[in-house]
Amino acid sequence: MRDAMIKGLENAEERRETGENRQPQPAAAVIRLEDVAVRYRVAHEQIRTLKEYAIRALKRRVTYNEFYALDGVSLEVYAGEVFGVVGRNGAGKSTLLRLIAQVMRPTRGRVWRKGRVAPLLELGAGFHDELTGRENIFLNGALIGYTRAEILRLFDEIVEFAELGNFIDTPLRNLSSGMTARLGFAVATAAHPDILIVDEVLSVGDERFKQKCTSRIESFRRNGATILLVSHSADLVKSICNRAVWLERGKVRAIDRAAEVVQMYEQQG
Amino acid sequence: MPFYMQSSPEIYDSSDRKLILLDEVRELVRYRDLLFQLISRNLKTRYKRSVLGIVWTMVHPLMMMIVLTLAFSHVWRIELPNFSVYVLSGLLLWNFFSQTTNSAMSELLWGGRLLHRIYIPKGVFAVTALGTGLVNLCLSLPALFIIMLANGLTPRAPIIFVPVAILLVSMFTLGCGLLLSTLVVFFADTYEMFQIVLLSWFYLQPIMYPIWIIPESYRWLFAFNPMSYFLTIFRTPIYDGLWPPAQDVAIAAALAVSVLTLGWWVFTRKADQFAYYV
Ligand SMILES: Nc1ncnc2c1ncn2[C@@H]1O[C@H](COP(=O)(O)OP(=O)(O)O)[C@@H](O)[C@H]1O
Ligand SMILES: [Mg+2]
Repeated sequence: MRDAMIKGLENAEERRETGENRQPQPAAAVIRLEDVAVRYRVAHEQIRTLKEYAIRALKRRVTYNEFYALDGVSLEVYAGEVFGVVGRNGAGKSTLLRLIAQVMRPTRGRVWRKGRVAPLLELGAGFHDELTGRENIFLNGALIGYTRAEILRLFDEIVEFAELGNFIDTPLRNLSSGMTARLGFAVATAAHPDILIVDEVLSVGDERFKQKCTSRIESFRRNGATILLVSHSADLVKSICNRAVWLERGKVRAIDRAAEVVQMYEQQG
Repeated sequence: MPFYMQSSPEIYDSSDRKLILLDEVRELVRYRDLLFQLISRNLKTRYKRSVLGIVWTMVHPLMMMIVLTLAFSHVWRIELPNFSVYVLSGLLLWNFFSQTTNSAMSELLWGGRLLHRIYIPKGVFAVTALGTGLVNLCLSLPALFIIMLANGLTPRAPIIFVPVAILLVSMFTLGCGLLLSTLVVFFADTYEMFQIVLLSWFYLQPIMYPIWIIPESYRWLFAFNPMSYFLTIFRTPIYDGLWPPAQDVAIAAALAVSVLTLGWWVFTRKADQFAYYV
């Protein structure tokens, strides 16, 4: 999969090396995090019922373990960049993306963002098995914030990308998982977002699907979209990202050009 | 220039939380298409499955009405003219309240899986529950109308107050739904607890019995039940053909506004934490 992605974006890499590599005028930040922290409070003993809570609260025994999934993170991402996020499991990568996608708010600090986001955090979140492809396009489109008019305008393009063809009125449960994945990707990216957030979603689906997604991401980049990419694969980040951040246990270890960050991560991580 | 570059960029700033109550309303307006979709999905899954679905909406309260009417007029020998209209109007309002508050909780729990993954204004779930409940209520009003006619009650001018009563009870119900769905995120047993509350609440108010069967010395207790005001302002125009007492309307309106404000306030304060928990 990684190879497909690298191949798909090699051209981009060349272009950047030759023509566009000179520092552009200070690009405008489209994402800015200022001293951001996300704190999960995990109750010592899991209190999940009203009854327990009332009893404990009366005895004043509600205590929490505080755990910082992100702590003191500050960074900026500029318009048109492909920005990578590397780090081990549990480092806080997904939490960082959730903050930017407005899925959660920081416990402390400030998250600022400009532009329409397509969060590819989990493809097809909100799909219903009993509904048909057509109905799911409308429901999922509305869930990610499209108006009905927009969905109508984008409908044909979505169906074409997902290659649903005659299956458009078939309930989702009868479609292959590849079709479902394509449909999720097609809906999420149909409106040409300004910012695309990709959290390891390209690890599902078959080879052709990955290629298709990769080339679509690439075409967004050419059109000036900003892309945030989380991947296990250091090679992938190195080859397609301009800059990258290395997170370790919720803290920033390094932010720099992708090649350098990845090198540090591979040597010390 | 491609069409997507023309739209003005949306700015999100996590520190901009001055108008938190209004922000949520604005977001709901922006996501109105989602609201319509979720409501129509609810109606479809209810009515598509069986052709009888839509009939069932009316049949269910009608059957309850028949059972209750028989029980009360023949077993306990309560004499109240047009008892079936009395019972049915109370039942419809109560079903609206209990179904909407319950589905506000279950909608939010259903949406919980989504709240980790994509941004959705969280009020969508309670408002969806309200919309679904309202449609169901309106679909069962014709049945009430027929029962009225069958009892020889023709609607009089005060009937035009019914939409106002529905509006007020909707505000109250939405407020309760928001409070309950906030609780259910943090405490999983809220749902079960509320079923117990609902069950006893149902019997503790004059839905299927007239208030005068309660001994005078206990009747003041009913004044503490917020639902009794909504029952009065909804039922008086239908059953008695009279305008509801101004005092009850005033109390119902005050309850509607304050519970909705409280619910919305608590919900918007706490909604930020939902993604941490659900
Ligand atoms: N809802 C939650 N409650 C408590 N801890 C959580 C929650 N979600 C994530 N975490 C913890 O936060 C840390 C960061 O998670 P995540 O951002 O998913 O890491 P990554 O994507 O880098 O693997 C992990 O240790 C994870 O266990
Ligand atoms: Mg992750």
